[in-house]
Amino acid sequence: MSKHTLSVLVEDKPGVLARIAALFSRRAFNIESLAVGPTEHPDVSRMTIVVDVEGTPLEQVTKQLNKLVEVIKIVELDPTMSVNRELVMVKVAATVETRSQVLDAVQLFRAKVIDVAPDAVTIQITGNSGKIADFLAVLAPFGIRELVQSGQVAIGRGSRSISERSLRPVTVPVPQATA
Amino acid sequence: MSEEMTGAQSLIKSLEAAGTETIFGIPGGAILPAYDPLMDSSIRHILVRHEQGAGHAAQGYASATGRVGVCMATSGPGATNLVTPIADAHMDSVPMVAVTGQVGASMIGTDAFQEADIRGITMPITKHNFLVTDPADIPRTVAEAFHIASTGRPGPVLVDVAKSALQADTTFEWPAELHLPGYRPVTRPHAKQIREATRLILESRRPVLYVGGGVIRAAASKELASLAALTGMPVVTTLMARGAFPDSHPQHLGMPGMHGTVAAVAGLQRSDLIISLGARFDDRVTGNLDSFAPGAKVIHADIDPAEIGKNRHADVPIVGDVREVLLDLVKALQTESDAGHTGDFEAWVEFLAGVKATYPLGYDKPADGTLSPQYVIERLGALSGPDTIYTAGVGQHQMWAAHYVGYEKPRTWINSGGLGTMGFAVPGAMGAKVGCPDQTVWAIDGDGCFQMTNQELATCAINDIPIKVAVINNESLGMVRQWQTLFYNERYSNTDLHSKRIPDFVKLADAYGCVGLACEKPEDVDATIEKAMGINDVPVVVDFRVHRDAMVWPMVAAGTSNDEIKYARDLAPQFDEDDV
Repeated sequence: MSKHTLSVLVEDKPGVLARIAALFSRRAFNIESLAVGPTEHPDVSRMTIVVDVEGTPLEQVTKQLNKLVEVIKIVELDPTMSVNRELVMVKVAATVETRSQVLDAVQLFRAKVIDVAPDAVTIQITGNSGKIADFLAVLAPFGIRELVQSGQVAIGRGSRSISERSLRPVTVPVPQATA
Repeated sequence: MSEEMTGAQSLIKSLEAAGTETIFGIPGGAILPAYDPLMDSSIRHILVRHEQGAGHAAQGYASATGRVGVCMATSGPGATNLVTPIADAHMDSVPMVAVTGQVGASMIGTDAFQEADIRGITMPITKHNFLVTDPADIPRTVAEAFHIASTGRPGPVLVDVAKSALQADTTFEWPAELHLPGYRPVTRPHAKQIREATRLILESRRPVLYVGGGVIRAAASKELASLAALTGMPVVTTLMARGAFPDSHPQHLGMPGMHGTVAAVAGLQRSDLIISLGARFDDRVTGNLDSFAPGAKVIHADIDPAEIGKNRHADVPIVGDVREVLLDLVKALQTESDAGHTGDFEAWVEFLAGVKATYPLGYDKPADGTLSPQYVIERLGALSGPDTIYTAGVGQHQMWAAHYVGYEKPRTWINSGGLGTMGFAVPGAMGAKVGCPDQTVWAIDGDGCFQMTNQELATCAINDIPIKVAVINNESLGMVRQWQTLFYNERYSNTDLHSKRIPDFVKLADAYGCVGLACEKPEDVDATIEKAMGINDVPVVVDFRVHRDAMVWPMVAAGTSNDEIKYARDLAPQFDEDDV
């Protein structure tokens, strides 16, 4: 099993997410993470999907995804040629005795405190999944009260854009009834 | 040219603009507004008795004519009754547009009366589907639906229209062009792949043309015939491709697969090159995949890239319209042939001719003089001829119909291949007859299948659609019974339908305004068929009361290797290993 990151450009239409999620579930693929959001084009959304699979079935899922009319383009991002980030907000117990240690960890990981309560702090951290896992391991002994994590987003390195060529307008003439 | 009208008028006008001649459907609450302008339309609406019949009729119409079949139903149960034909059309790549009414936009999601999320339900079984709540979207949506259904790999498209959109005032404007950035089917095959395929064909010694339903959908029979004539390669036609290549042709080995001919199955098993044309290596063709055609390289041509490499690795993948693929292959091979390069398939063709002669299709006539189902179907094919359109349900009668009719032309054999929908034959025949009124249409049906959808006989009788139905009545769910015979120690759990006693099919036909005939002796078969052939003003139903123990042979038991084929019970073909 190996992790793959797919960037999927889709038309921003209702039901697209359901179609894509259903395809993954039908093929019994676990979506490890999914992030959806707008792009530089108003009618196009981008999904970043992280899946844990073997090579061959991934090709089949990519082909099936490509068959969806609203899917414009799918790119598998090479981990060495792309950057990826996740965002976590975590509420950690912080008493008078432990608060300074928690804040040290925040400093070390270049995280950020975004809310403070008498017995807890809420921290925001962004990074790749490795960094986040390490940070959470450091926080664990203090007591993690609540955690929320975004899906991973990823983008290729360099100046090229995956949407450049695929978003050229393509039109098909419609047969007109001969009256 | 934009015109003011209601959404309902816009829907009907859009369907007209898309070229719809016939709609099979049933009105109901949510779709009701659309039925009013339908009264004034050029479109012929055929009021069926069950929405499933509407869907299968649209499939039969589409399969017989090559045009998009259209069916219409109301929301909720009307729409869910279309689910089976939609799934069927999806599996067999039938171009179809299903229009359903939906509850008013403000009611969607409230569990309103007759509400069902039909777009959600049909997501995995349609090529694409739409929910329209804004009446201004109706013309563009209908145009997109027809375009998507009929291009690329054909398939069903559902258009669900909210009642509020049908009732609202809107502007009708038929679009001049469509913008579908994510839908760009590749039809032109890649020249490099054609070169590679040509090289493999010429290098091979034991090639087989594995022809699937795509050849019929792409109207590529003529081009297939050219390739076969040019190279002399043997041909097999799958259940979906029967008629794509003439059964009478000496290069034709017949149908491959679980119930394929020995020659077709052995041909694929022992081939060194499979040229797959619009076929998808379905499990019913390959049997156990790991042992399927172990020595064969594969050229896989399909318009759907997702089919290529799905079940079997393709050495040469070719994405494209199979007609264009065939044209390019013929051209390339002709050039090679002109330069003196032709394939050497002589020993192979001779070997297969021997297999075909040694193991022809056959059946034993029952000793007690009762009627053989195979004989009935054989005579039907012989007397009605190759211009007749034959439809079938699913089961033993379907396999016998696939083998014993004898097909010479494409679009003369219409059945439910992928989904295996019992009850397809009668409504499928109804649709085919509407699409091709000048051709004789025989529904070859089983007594089990027939009782699932025979209410459409009323539709046929009332709407002047004179189909003919041959009920192969063995008073059981025959294929299931066959498996019980072979694999369940002859314990016949719930397969006895008693259909020679109840119902009386002759009376049933009569009650439906059809002519009912019955036949139970071999010597009466020809006269009965001829009598049925002579009745062309009303539908005819013939109850062929056949003996119940006939089995479909050859057979490869499910999940086993195609090498384990039996041409009759406990009889396996013997090949001399040195033959090829």
